[in-house]
Amino acid sequence: MTIDRLLVANRGEIARRVLRSAAALGVQTVAVYADPDAGAPHVAEADRAVRLPGGAPADTYLRSDALVAAARASGADAVHPGYGFLSESAAFARAVAEAGLTWVGPPPEAIAAMADKRAAKKAMRDAGVPVLPELDPAAVTEADFPLLVKAAAGGGGRGMRAVAEPAALPAAVGSARREAESAFGDGSVFCEPLLRPARHVEVQVLADAHGTVWTLGERECSAQRRHQKVVEESPSPAVGPALRERLCEAAVRAARAIGYVGAGTVEFLLGGDPADPGLYFLEVNTRLQVEHPVTEARYRLDLVAWQLRIAEGARLPAEPPRPHGHAVEARLYAEDPAAGWRPAAGPLHRFEVPGADAGFAVAPADSGTATLRVDAGVVSGSVVPTHYDPMLAKVVAWAPDRPTALRRLAAALAGARVHGPATNRDVLVRLLRHPVMRAGGVDTGFLEGPELAGLSAPLADGETVRLAALAAALAAADRERAAAGALGTLPGGWRNVVSAPQCRAFDGPTGRIEVRYRSTRDGTAADGYGEVRPAGVVRTGADEHSVVLECAGVRQTFAVAHHASPGGGTEVWVDTASGAVALRPLPRLPEPEPARDPGSLLAPMPGSVARVLVSVGEAVAAGQPLLVLEAMKMEHPVAAPAAGRVRELYAGPGAQVGAGAVLAVLDAPAADGPAGFEEGER
Amino acid sequence: MDDGLDGIGAVDAGERLASALDTSGAEYAARRAAQLERIAALEREQAKAVAGGGPKYTDRHRARGRLLPRERIELLVDPDSPFLELSPLAAWGTEYPVGASAVTGIGVVSGVECVICANDPTVRGGASNPWTLRKLLRADEIALANRLPLISLVESGGADLAGQKEVFIPGGRLFRDLTRLSAAGIPTVALVFGTATAGGAYVPGLSDHVVMVDERARVFLGGPPLVAMATGERADEEALGGAGMHARTSGLADHLAADEYDALRIGRRIVASLNHRKAGPGPSRPAREPRYDPEELLGLIPEDLKVPFDPREVIARIADGSAFAEFKPLYGPSLVTGWAHLHGYPVGILANAQGVLFSDEARKAAQFIQLANRSATPLLFLQNTTGYMVGTRYEQEGIIKHGAMMINAVANSTVPHITLVMGASYGAGNYGMCGRAYDPRFLFSWPGARSAVMGPAQLAGVLSIVGRQAAAARGRPYDEEADAAMRAAVEAQVEAESDAFFLSGRLYDDGVIDPRDTRTVLGMALSAVHGAPVEGAQGFGVFRM
Repeated sequence: MTIDRLLVANRGEIARRVLRSAAALGVQTVAVYADPDAGAPHVAEADRAVRLPGGAPADTYLRSDALVAAARASGADAVHPGYGFLSESAAFARAVAEAGLTWVGPPPEAIAAMADKRAAKKAMRDAGVPVLPELDPAAVTEADFPLLVKAAAGGGGRGMRAVAEPAALPAAVGSARREAESAFGDGSVFCEPLLRPARHVEVQVLADAHGTVWTLGERECSAQRRHQKVVEESPSPAVGPALRERLCEAAVRAARAIGYVGAGTVEFLLGGDPADPGLYFLEVNTRLQVEHPVTEARYRLDLVAWQLRIAEGARLPAEPPRPHGHAVEARLYAEDPAAGWRPAAGPLHRFEVPGADAGFAVAPADSGTATLRVDAGVVSGSVVPTHYDPMLAKVVAWAPDRPTALRRLAAALAGARVHGPATNRDVLVRLLRHPVMRAGGVDTGFLEGPELAGLSAPLADGETVRLAALAAALAAADRERAAAGALGTLPGGWRNVVSAPQCRAFDGPTGRIEVRYRSTRDGTAADGYGEVRPAGVVRTGADEHSVVLECAGVRQTFAVAHHASPGGGTEVWVDTASGAVALRPLPRLPEPEPARDPGSLLAPMPGSVARVLVSVGEAVAAGQPLLVLEAMKMEHPVAAPAAGRVRELYAGPGAQVGAGAVLAVLDAPAADGPAGFEEGER
Repeated sequence: MDDGLDGIGAVDAGERLASALDTSGAEYAARRAAQLERIAALEREQAKAVAGGGPKYTDRHRARGRLLPRERIELLVDPDSPFLELSPLAAWGTEYPVGASAVTGIGVVSGVECVICANDPTVRGGASNPWTLRKLLRADEIALANRLPLISLVESGGADLAGQKEVFIPGGRLFRDLTRLSAAGIPTVALVFGTATAGGAYVPGLSDHVVMVDERARVFLGGPPLVAMATGERADEEALGGAGMHARTSGLADHLAADEYDALRIGRRIVASLNHRKAGPGPSRPAREPRYDPEELLGLIPEDLKVPFDPREVIARIADGSAFAEFKPLYGPSLVTGWAHLHGYPVGILANAQGVLFSDEARKAAQFIQLANRSATPLLFLQNTTGYMVGTRYEQEGIIKHGAMMINAVANSTVPHITLVMGASYGAGNYGMCGRAYDPRFLFSWPGARSAVMGPAQLAGVLSIVGRQAAAARGRPYDEEADAAMRAAVEAQVEAESDAFFLSGRLYDDGVIDPRDTRTVLGMALSAVHGAPVEGAQGFGVFRM
């Protein structure tokens, strides 16, 4: 059997990843896209693309029928589900097969066997794979705490609750049940002992349909926030040869127990004595993992290509390739650590990771040289939609040794140019440079612990922000001169009589920053910057400058980019060796704030009040007439500019009012909560 | 190619001048040191103007939440744009403070070059003295001649009553100028920040666009005390002339600004909406930096005005690409004439080389000025002249006739003239080289420049000779001691009164400039003159051949 045309039932970086391997094998490709993704790179990169009308996942990427119809319409003969969305849906796998298409994934039975976590645990225990004991929420005793409440149908940390003491259990069970019910349509939950400290280690398996099962080493995934993996690496610094053997042996047993075919991951928890930890089965992910590039880098193979070959019926060689060196991956999310890690969205003006050796493929490596791979779902100019998982990209470093791999990855992230929504980039850089990470000591509790606050601080300190503002001001001045309609060739800011310096103000991470500078015969001088000397401003692109500042003898380059803000105005991004700084230029002459109450309604002209149509306390809709003014024999209704509630009425019927007199004051309705977003599976 | 024009077939404006200036010699260092001293003195005098009424009054002004005049200008002009302050030394050497309680200049507002005039309310309440008046009238003249919109930043207590006799009658021109500007299609904008009483009230009254700052601007013909005197009415200031009243009731204000910043914002918006276009052509080619550093001008200028210097060395440091197409280089060599570009604008240059103007130089100048008028090319006069040659031989050759030809040509030329007094400007040479009386659009001086009927020593010597002759005629002995004292006194007085600061104080130039800024200042001036159409003269006076 041969696959000639593959539909990728996914979006973002994983869609691009699968498309790349398919194309490399000569397979024609079909993308699908929801409306917010119409301009996404995966759509442009596929040979064909089919629209899934709508935006929400439930209307688009989670619509089994629409995806099968898309495959039919585009003449695809196979479907790759990626990860998340329907990748672990046995029903979807069956629907694909029933449509006469090849399913690039494990058999539906294997998916189904692992879908219910409780049933999966039982199957594994029966197969001789160590599992944590299951506790009945109704029968636990004080000695069982702390424990974990889990949704049977769970995934991605949802429906999961850590409970420290018996009193908190009923509430935790209730909320986990509700969350599971809404997320998975199945509210059943169970309990397990909560291991602390613990590590999350998983084994990559690859099995063909002819009985060969490979294990491709382990991945260490303990760096997690709210059960969300952040950094993954291979090999695990906590796993020695003996433990690795036990892990791989258990993984093979698990895969065989369910007749697994294709790429999959067996997740384990390591707990207890670090020298001789206990090993417990957690779950099997019956799909490609987000972090699969870590394994690809070490084994120098293409897991997606193998998925396709195995789906075509190919045989694996008897033995897997030998691993090399160390690989580590970081997940770059559009989320704001300073705002409770809220997912962020909006235009991504620039996305560049300088120094990448490859994208969506194993970087060619000479032994001894570190390599960098970037799998991104976005490109410069993308808009990060609100509907989906906010992961922007995975950045993977490989090196012959672990310290170099960590250092290379931290440097790549620190040097990345990410202009747009807030990201966790600085957290990743700090984590990769953290002594505990360098010592290999990060367990699953690390990012929930006291270190998080320090890790969440921006890389750019106050001084860097100040210097970035100076660089931004100098770049802005250069822009201003270049665009000057008059006297553009004369020296910027020249004065024959010197009085005040030029002044530019920005709103930045440390609040309002004012920069004062003046042009002198020896170049630009900045007031209040002490030893800092501007040493050059070079225009490097349409809205791009390279500004060199000499600080006490040390030259630093600041890359300044101006982007048009979606809400009007400008955003300035300054990338420095000490972190990135986002600034918003403040107008020199701001429009004055009206001194009156914000909801005031003013008489548009002098006249008398003919009628009052509302009363104090009444809720009004936008555009609803509040009163009628009579002037020059004409009636002029005065309407509410926005919905709200009438707080004050200053004029009764018959009252004479002057132009600009306040007639009424409206209170704005309570602000809407932030729009929720829906996540795919991870 | 270093000038960016070679290789695309563009014809260069002239030969690249080769400098012979030795920048490593002792003479260069000494001249440079002397110039730096003069520049330091200039900056000290300018700082006096910037200091306004001094810390006491500026602090009080700021404490009232008000901006200083230069702060208002800085916020009004486009960020990072150049601003050329005019007549900063006005009133220097008079009984009034340097700067004459006003700031005027040329700046870019919303992309439009404008003349900006601001009262300095920290100097005697911003009241106008005779020098304030002359400074403001000069700014009006520049706006009118070059068709530049005029923006007045008003906060003035009116005429300085002690000096009213010198202000009142000629002061009427201020109002006349405003309405004539408007009639000529040159927009006028008044931003009123504070009091504008009596005469001051007509500035908004006669401007095309008026902005008043709420609760700050007070505009009335007569304030409450005057009203009480005249009619017995007890008038409320706000009702009498408040910004709110003028915006809502009298209609004198077109815009009511919430504060000073808002007034400046509205002012910028008004200018942006003027749809004002310059009537003259733009630069005819891209600007190029000179090949020689303007900094070197400091080591070029001799300390002693009697020592001539080659003006080509100056041109090499101000002209685009240091390129200069010289006209008649072998004829009348004491006057250098030729064509160049400055910030992309074509310009004809007349520059004194050896100080004296002979008949050939005068004829050469008259021909060159006619050529410039045929091609509608602006003229730049670089003055360093001791005047027309005297003596029997020269009189017989017709030096008067030939000097008259040159003055005829200068006086009737209609292309824009810009004059720079580099060194000496003596005698009729001042006239022939387009001195103040010949209405150049702009006239600037280098520090150390001198203008007078003749050099101080010559003038004293002439007086001495005349006195000696008179004594001899009456058969009286000549008092040599008194003669020496007289010569010293006259020399000192002429020395002081021919000084650039002194003449700048009396508004006989538009400012004393740092020689290193020459290219920038001339660039702004040239850009300004192209606000008006550039047209050559149709005819001249009868040339006495």
